[in-house]
Amino acid sequence: MGSELNRLTISEARERLRRREITSRELTRDCLERIAALEPRLNAFITVCETEAMAQAAEADRRLAQSDAPSLCGIPLGIKDIYCTRGVRTTCASKILGNFTPPFDATVIEKLRAEGAVFVGKANMDEFAMGSSTENSAFGPTRNPHDLERVAGGSSGGSAAAVAADECLASLGTDTGGSIRLPASFCGVVGIKPTYSRVSRYGVVAYASSLDQVGPLARTVRDAAAVLRAVAGADPRDSTCSARPVPDYERALSGEVRGMRIGVPREYFVEGMDGAVEGAVRGALKRLESMGARTVEISLPHTDYAVAAYYLIATAEASANLARYDGVRYGLRAGADNNIELYNRTRAQGFGAEVKRRIMLGTFALSAGYYDAYYLKAQKVRTLIRRDFERAFESCDLVAAPVAPTTAFRLGEKTGDPLKMYLSDIFTISVNLAGLPAMSVPCGADEGALPIGLQLIGPPFGEEAILRAGDAWERAGGFARRAPQL
Amino acid sequence: MLELPAMAQEKISLEQVRHVARLARLELAPAEEESLRAEMSEMLGYVDKLNELATDKVAPTAQVGESGTPLREDAVTNHAAAEAMLANAPARDGFFFKVPKIIE
Repeated sequence: MGSELNRLTISEARERLRRREITSRELTRDCLERIAALEPRLNAFITVCETEAMAQAAEADRRLAQSDAPSLCGIPLGIKDIYCTRGVRTTCASKILGNFTPPFDATVIEKLRAEGAVFVGKANMDEFAMGSSTENSAFGPTRNPHDLERVAGGSSGGSAAAVAADECLASLGTDTGGSIRLPASFCGVVGIKPTYSRVSRYGVVAYASSLDQVGPLARTVRDAAAVLRAVAGADPRDSTCSARPVPDYERALSGEVRGMRIGVPREYFVEGMDGAVEGAVRGALKRLESMGARTVEISLPHTDYAVAAYYLIATAEASANLARYDGVRYGLRAGADNNIELYNRTRAQGFGAEVKRRIMLGTFALSAGYYDAYYLKAQKVRTLIRRDFERAFESCDLVAAPVAPTTAFRLGEKTGDPLKMYLSDIFTISVNLAGLPAMSVPCGADEGALPIGLQLIGPPFGEEAILRAGDAWERAGGFARRAPQL
Repeated sequence: MLELPAMAQEKISLEQVRHVARLARLELAPAEEESLRAEMSEMLGYVDKLNELATDKVAPTAQVGESGTPLREDAVTNHAAAEAMLANAPARDGFFFKVPKIIE
C-alpha cells in the first residue's frame, strides 16, 4: 500500500502516466488493493472486475508506450451497475436481473474503452436508480466513507463513495432526480448531471426516460470535465441524443469569473434547512463575489411543486419502462403454470419494495380515469417549472443553490417513510424536469465533518459556465478535500 | 374507472390497489396490499398540492430535449448474436426461449 497511487487525481495520474513515471498496472493495482481493504465496510461495489481491470491496464500501458494515447488512457474508473458492460454481469442492484450478462456495451462504455479507461468494478446503487440513499439495493446499502453509520446518498451512492474513498479516480453515475448530485454532495466529491440529451443513454437501463441522464463523479471539477468530454456527444443509437458538437470542457476552465452573474433563488433557502449548509453555500457565493462574480436574487416560484410533479412523471415512465422484466428472456424466472402467473410471480419475487411502490403509483397515474388528473397535470406543472428557469436565465448566467437541505442522514433514518425520503431531492428535482445541466461541488462541512455540496445550475448546454465557476471556486482554495478516515 | 373512496385520508381503496396490481402484473401478498394502500394514499394526498396551480392554459411538457427526429440510413448495423442473447435465457429449447404453454 506504500505508493497509494489511487489517491491521485486524473490530471495528476495522466501526467505521470505520460511521463512513464508510473504504469496503469501500478495505478490499477493500488485501486484494487484499496477496494479489497475497504469493501467489507463500504460496499461501494456490487461486482469487482479485478482480472478484466488488470488486462485493460496492461493494454493501456502498451498504448501509453506509443505516443498520442487518449486522455483517459490507463485511468481506473468505477461504473454504476446500471450500464451494460459486455461480458460483465449487470444487475441494476435488482434481483430481477439475476446473472444477466449483456452481450453488448452501452455507448458510453464503448467510448471509454476506446479512450483506454480501466473499469475496476460495477458500483452499488438503489435498485433501478430508485432512491436517495442506496439503501434500496438488493446487495445491501453503501456506507458513507466520512461516517460509516450514514448513507452515501443515492441513487449513485456506490459511484460517489468509491471516488471519495479513493477506490478509483472517477466514476460514472446517472441522475434522474438528483442521483449524481445528492451522493456527490453527501460524499464530498464533484458530480455533474449534464443537459438532457448531452450524453447517450443507449445501453443504460432505463428508469424515467424523459429525465434520465448520464454523468461523471470525480475528485476535482477538471477531472469531471475530462470524463464528461469523453462520454458526451451524438449517438445514432439514441435518437434523443443531441448532435451538437462537444466542447473541450477543460479549456473552459480559465479560473475567471469576473462579470459572471450568479442567480440565487430565494425558494432554495428554506425554513428547516441545516444552518451549516446555508452557511457553507453563502460562504462560497461570497468568495465568488470577491473574485468578481455578481450575485442577483432570483425567484423560481414553482420550486415547491417539483417533488409532486416528479413523482408522478418519473413513476409513470418507470411503470412503462419496467414492464419488460417478465422472466422470459433474461434474469430471474419464478415457477408458474401459465404465462400470466409467470409474469406476476417473477415480478413479485424480483422487484424490491421501493420499485413496486413506484410501479404501482405510476400505473395508477396512467390508468383510465386518472391520467388527466395526475399524469397530465404533472406534465403541465413541468412546463411551469421549465419556464421559471427560462425567466431566471434572462437575468443571470448560472444559478447557485444548495444540493440538499441537510448533510448525509443516518442509515435507516428515512426508510420507513417514503415521502420523507423523496423530499431529500427537493433541490435537485427541478433541474431534471427542466432538462438543465447542474453540478455538485464540495463547499464545506458541518460540525461532524460531513461534506456539503454547492449546486451550480446552467441553461441548456451551459456546462462550460458551471464548470468554469466550480473550477474557479476550487482554485481559490475552495473546500480542501479531507480524505475520509477509514 | 373505479370510484374513489369517500374518506379523504384514504385516497385509494384496497380494490383499487388490487386493480392496479393486476394492470402492473404484480402479485401482492395481503400485507403488501395494505401497506401500498397506505403509502399510495399518502403520496396521492401529497401530490394534490398540484391542484393549487391553475393549468388550464398551460401546455404539457413531455420532452425537454431538442425538437425533431434525427434520421439515419436504414442500414443493418446489428449482427446475428442469437447464442449470446440466448445465453441469458432462464429456459431455452434450441434457438427458442421456452415458456409455459400458452394455448390449451
